Order: sequence, then C-alpha cells, then structure tokens
Amino acid sequence: MAELASVDLSRLQFAITALYHFLFVPLTLGLSFIVAIMESIYVKTGSEQWLRITHFWLKLFGINFAIGVATGIIMEFEFGTNWANYSWFVGDIFGAPLAIEGLLAFFLEATFFAVMFFGWGKVSKGFHLLSSWLVAIGSNLSAMWILIANGWMQYPVGMSFNPETARMEMDSFLEVALNPVGIVKFLHTITSGYVIAALFVLGISAWYLLKKQHFEMAKKSMVVAASFGIISSGFLLLSGDESAYLVAKHQPMKLAAMEGLYRGEERQGLVAFGVLNPDKKPGDDEPVFLANIEVPYMLSLLAKRNINEFVPGIDQLVFGDKQRGIMSVGEKMLLGAQALDALREFKKAKSEGDTQAMSEAKSELETNWRYIGYGYLKNPAKAVPPVATTFYAFHIMVALGSLFVGLFFVVLYLAMANRIEKFKNILRACVACIPLGYVAAEAGWVVAEVGRQPWAVQDLLPVGVAATNLASTSVGVSIALFILLFTTLLIAEVRIMLSAIKKGF
Amino acid sequence: MDLQIYWWCVLSLLGGLFVFMLFVGGGQSLLFCVGWDETAKDLIINALGRKWELSFTTLVMFGGAAFAAFPLFYASYFGGAYWLWLAILFCFIVQAVSYEYRKKKSNFLGQRTYEAFLVINGTLGTFLIGVTLSALFGGAEFSLSEMRFVSWDSPWRGLELLASPSYWLLGLALIFLSRLGGAMYFINRIDEPNLVAKCASIIRKEAALFLLFFLGFMGVFFSANGYYLDATSGEILSRPYALALSLISLPVLGVCFVLGVVGVLASVWLGARASKVAIWAYGVGCVLVGFALLAAAGLGGAAFFASTSHPASSLHIYNASSSPYTLGVMAWVSLLVPFVLAYIAYVWRALEREQVSKAELESSEHKY
Repeated sequence: MAELASVDLSRLQFAITALYHFLFVPLTLGLSFIVAIMESIYVKTGSEQWLRITHFWLKLFGINFAIGVATGIIMEFEFGTNWANYSWFVGDIFGAPLAIEGLLAFFLEATFFAVMFFGWGKVSKGFHLLSSWLVAIGSNLSAMWILIANGWMQYPVGMSFNPETARMEMDSFLEVALNPVGIVKFLHTITSGYVIAALFVLGISAWYLLKKQHFEMAKKSMVVAASFGIISSGFLLLSGDESAYLVAKHQPMKLAAMEGLYRGEERQGLVAFGVLNPDKKPGDDEPVFLANIEVPYMLSLLAKRNINEFVPGIDQLVFGDKQRGIMSVGEKMLLGAQALDALREFKKAKSEGDTQAMSEAKSELETNWRYIGYGYLKNPAKAVPPVATTFYAFHIMVALGSLFVGLFFVVLYLAMANRIEKFKNILRACVACIPLGYVAAEAGWVVAEVGRQPWAVQDLLPVGVAATNLASTSVGVSIALFILLFTTLLIAEVRIMLSAIKKGF
Repeated sequence: MDLQIYWWCVLSLLGGLFVFMLFVGGGQSLLFCVGWDETAKDLIINALGRKWELSFTTLVMFGGAAFAAFPLFYASYFGGAYWLWLAILFCFIVQAVSYEYRKKKSNFLGQRTYEAFLVINGTLGTFLIGVTLSALFGGAEFSLSEMRFVSWDSPWRGLELLASPSYWLLGLALIFLSRLGGAMYFINRIDEPNLVAKCASIIRKEAALFLLFFLGFMGVFFSANGYYLDATSGEILSRPYALALSLISLPVLGVCFVLGVVGVLASVWLGARASKVAIWAYGVGCVLVGFALLAAAGLGGAAFFASTSHPASSLHIYNASSSPYTLGVMAWVSLLVPFVLAYIAYVWRALEREQVSKAELESSEHKY
C-alpha cells in the first residue's frame, strides 16, 4: 500500500512539475516566432514603431523564458530521481533524443538567446534578426526531441527487448526519430504553443485598446497575432485530427476513454457534449452518460477514415471480442506473465551457465515480450485509464480550440477593417481567452498523459514498476516544496509580467 | 576505442567544463563581498548574467549525456541520492529566475531575496555538487536487483553523504575554486578599478583555502581503496590507491591532471596581480583537472560509482552503458559539438568587444 502511494505521489509530482513547466513553454515557443516576425518587419521597414513593438514583446518573452528554464531543469532530472527504473528500462532509447536536445538545441538556444537580448547595437541588424529566428527555431527543436521521446512512450518502435540487460534497446534510430506518433505530437504541441502566444499578444493588445492606450502599436500587434493564430490553428486542427487517428490505431483504450466509449460499434458517433455517469464501471449495464449530444458516424470517420468502420470501446478492449479479433486484457496478462517467467528463467540459466535453457527461455521471451508490461498488472480493470478525467479534458480542449479559431478570424477581419476598437465585447473576449489558452493546452497534456495510464511505456512498462523505490513521505515532502517554490515563482512572474504590461510599449 | 570509453571521456569533459563554469556561482557568492554599493552589484550581476545560462546548460548537458550514455548510472545516482539531487536542483531553480527578476518592478520577493538566491546557488549549490561528485571517488551504499533496479540503503536518500567529512573536502574546494574563478572573471570583464583591486585581493586571500581543501581531497581519495572490474573473473574487486594508480597507469590523464593543476596555480598567480588573462589559465586548468579526475574514476577498469555495501552492484562503464548501437548513433551526433562550440565562441567574441562598465550598462537595451 505504501509502495502504491509512493508511485501515485511520484506521478503527482511529475504531473505538477510538467503542468507548471507547460505554463511557460508554449508562450516561449510561439512568442519567439511572433517577436521574430515583428523584428523582420522592423528590419524591412526601418520603422521605429516596429522596433518598439519588438522590444516590448521581447521584454515579456524574457520574463517568461526565465521561469520556463527554471521549471525545465526539474523535468530532465526527475526522470532519474523519481523514475529510476524507467530510466534504466528505456534509457537506451529515450536518452538519445534527450542528449541530442541538450547537445545541439540547448547550447545553440542559449547562445542565440544572448544575441537576441544583449546584441542590440553590438552585432549587425541582419545578424540580430537571424539570431531571433534561430531562438525560435532552437526552442522548437528542443521541443521536437523531447516530444519524439514522449511519442516513443506512447507508441514504442525501433527497439527490441534484451534479456541480458533486462531493458529495451534501440534497433533503429530512424524509426524512433520518424515515429509518426512523435512527429504528430510535436506538430500538435508546438502549434498549440503558437495559438497560446497569439492569444497572449491578442489579449494584451485588446486590453490596451479597451484602455485607449498605445492604439497604433496594439492594433499592429493584433494583426500579426491574429494572422499567426489563424495559420497556427489550421496546423493545430490538422495535427489534432491526425493525432486522434494515430491514437485510434495505436492506443485504442485512450481513444475510448477520450470519448467515454464503452461498447463501440460500426458507424460510431462522436460525443460532442456529455455528462458522464459517475457510477459507470467497465462491463456493467449502467448507462454511460447522464446527458449527451452525439454526432452520428463521426467517430468512425475521424478514427478510421471511414464512416462504416468499427471503433472498439472499453468493454471490448478489456474483455475481448473474438468476433472482431480483439484480445482481452486477461489474455495479454497471461502472455505478459509468461514473458516475465521466461526472463527469470533466462537469468537463472545464465547464472548456472546452462546455454540450452538460456536459448529456450530467450525464444519464449521473443514470442511474448510485446506483452511484458501486462505481466505486472494485478487485474484487467487496471488497464483502463481514468475515464472521466480523460473525457472532460479532451472535450474542454476541443471546445476551446474551436472557440479560438473563430476569435482569430473575427479579430483579423475587424482589425483589417479598422473597426476593432468599436467592438468592446470582442476585445473583452480576447482578454478572457489568455487564461483559456493555457487551460486548453494543459487539458491537452492531461489527455495525452492520463489517457495512457497505467502505462509509462505503452504495453511494456506500467508506472507502478517504472517509479523509483522511494518512501511516500519523501515524495510527499518534495511535492509540497515544489508547489511552494513554483507557486511563489509563478506569482512573481505574473506580477512582473503585469507590471511590464501596465507600463506598455 | 570502445564507445563506452569515448562516452566516458565526453562525460568527463562535460564535467570538467562544468567545473570551469562554476565560476558563475563563485561570482554570485562574491556578490556581497565585492558589491559594496548598488552600482558595483549591478556590474557584477550583469557581467555574470550574460553567462549564467551557459553554466546551467552545461549541468543540463551533463545530466542528459549521463542519461543517454550511462542510463544505469543516471538511474542509480539520481534515483538513489534523491534528496541530495533535489537540494541541488532547488539551488539551480532559484538561480534561473534571479537574474531576470531581481530588479524588475513588482517582483514579489524583493531585490534582496533574489540576490540571496544567487548567493545560495553559488555556495550551497556548489558545495552540494562537490559532495555528490565525491561519491564517484568514494562510492555510496546501494544495490541493484536482478532487473537492475536500484535500492538505496540509507533512508536519508543521499543526505547521509553529508555526514561523511571526507566528502565535504571536494565541496569546500569547489566553493573556493569557483570564487577564485568568479574574481578572475570580474577582473577580465568589468571595467571598474576598485572592483578589480578587490577581486585581486580576494584571490590572494582565498587561494590558500582552496589549496588546503583540494590537497585534503587529494590526500584522502588518492590513498583510499577503490573498486575495479577484474577482466579475467568479471568480478568487482577492491584495490588500494585506486584513483592515484589510474592517473599513473593512464599517462595521458596523469599529464592532463598535472597540467591542469599548473594551470590553476598559474591563474592564481596571475589573478593576484589582476591580470585579465588569469581566467583563461583558470579555465584550461579546471577543464583539464576535472576531465582527468572524472576520466580516471571510470577508465582502466575502474568502477566509477562503487557500491561500498554491495560491491557486485558497482557501476563501471560497461555494465552501466547504453547499447553499442545507441552509443554509436550519439557518437555521430557528438561530431557536431566542435562546430557548436566554435559558433558559441564566435558569438561571444562579437558580443564582448566592450567590457562591462557603468556607461556600457546605461546604453544597454537589456540589463539585469
């Protein structure tokens, strides 16, 4: 029990630090591009007004960047401190993208960053502009490698299990680097960052218009932000669609939880809105929803690219569906247990120098290692992620994403028509959408990470095995310290940011 | 050359670079010693503020390279010594915001708090790093299961290393070394005669303290027993004078160590005379000594992270490493590093034509 609590606390600690970190990363990813665009306009036009606009947004970028770096260092080291077993089990694969990120992206980013902030007047305009673009590209490259690693955890490819070392080992770097789940996750995450940055610039500029301050510069900023937001939203939508398609293909349980789907069918509808029945359990006859609105055929179309296709639900995935060739979790648990037994046999035979037994155990292991993670599950229900959290987070993300697209179009039209200042409610909506952008992004992470539970690495390593063997008290205390420190720094960051915004361009 | 040897050398080089970059922390620890008024403090913070991210990045890189090349070391070291590493991380988290937030309006905690954070990072953070690095020379109490999952013997999860006085020696040596480096950096970068004179005086006073603790560290760990992998039996065995013998049996490392020590001593001599080139001799010296010591801890069959309670669980570069395939892929990537470093050097050369001074700060677009 104590061990279980420690694992849950380690999950909570990682979730808290990741959610904090992700309050700052998206703005860095997107605002760096917006600043680079603004500086490009300045270099092209030579306009002092555009220079002031660039300096202003760069100042806000710097305030945000500092705390992003502070929270980021924890993320890297927490793999070791709280997920030591995981670090060994997947280090051979996960380590490579992380090292490339550090080796290339971090060092370059730190240097471009120095030019961007301290290089005004010391290097040529062109070199400074190039550095600003490279900060944007470098930040996004950092995100790429970490998301490729995350994508591998969702859909492990390009590796095999080595019984000698009892871990996964990389067979093909290209397969890992070009993992479609990782690529789509990268595109979806960075574009969500661009949307947040666009909302940030839009909201602050709208606030100036409401206050009747910095009129010209705020309006110019709005045009850049709304245009950037529309383009980003297009990519966000496309990558989101592809992401759902890949989830359906490689993590059907996650998709079922996202949709609250217990018994899937052919021509499956999509739940656009729903209130889940809290008493619903896998396998029972309780209704899934207390209220819901469904769009017919849509889930089959989005998940399978065909309205007639079958989409499996939680019950079918847990209990199996022979007719449709779906193996039950119970059967997978048996195969996983056989794989673990074979691994123990292999180790025993190796220590005794019995090559014949080693070969037999290895052969058995090779047949079943894809199910090895199921060998650790205590019962089939453990393979189901928290449905309510995943479902609501997914629907909040989609609803807010749709709202933002509409807002960008309206604002761009009104700003271009030179009428935006007359629509006070639209301007107020822009301000309100700043926090909503963060809500949507955090909800996206909840879907991605809670939805893949109980797995640290899909089908191969459950979180309970991945965690460091720590006392619950230790993790409990460190969580409290993290919350205290990060909240303090967050308050400082928000206050400094608000003060800088109040001062204006 | 084995890829494991290559990557242990890369990791050792990163360690050496990090020891050099600790001058940023050392400079921070001097904040209230040489920053006698607001202008002096501003000069110090702004001189350091343009480098802090590089030192931070080097630490991140060390962790990333350890994870990628020696994941069992990463898992055992960070997962085992949990509290010691979290304490270090907390020291670095507060550093990351302090430069940017210190003088900003409405910064919530007040300027003095951020300055205190910088001093904490430069003293406590540096000291704790020295203590954790000592575990690479003196070992720790842990064991590995059949699945190679780590169990740390002490419930104090790394804090028990602080109870070992011999582990303090490197921590204290690093504090004073980094302060010397910080002072030399100020002499090189800041155009303010009074501040430069103060820094030279600090170098003259504190060099002896550094030497005292560094010689203590050498005395203890060069004469201590260490573990190594016996090539014939495949067992982990103990031998006396392990670190010293490694430096002797691998002459390249021995030469690096001696040259490094000479470099650091030369930098002290130069720094005491307020020479601007002292920091360069210091940098070369630190990198060479750090590289030689870390490399000697892992090469020549040495167990670089020894388990003193379960010697069979000790880590050496072969049982802790990634697969040859992964090490090979990363080795190709690492060939780009010289280009990255060359670019960094080029950029900083362009940015630092002018020294940090009151006038330079006033004309600066972005200042801390």
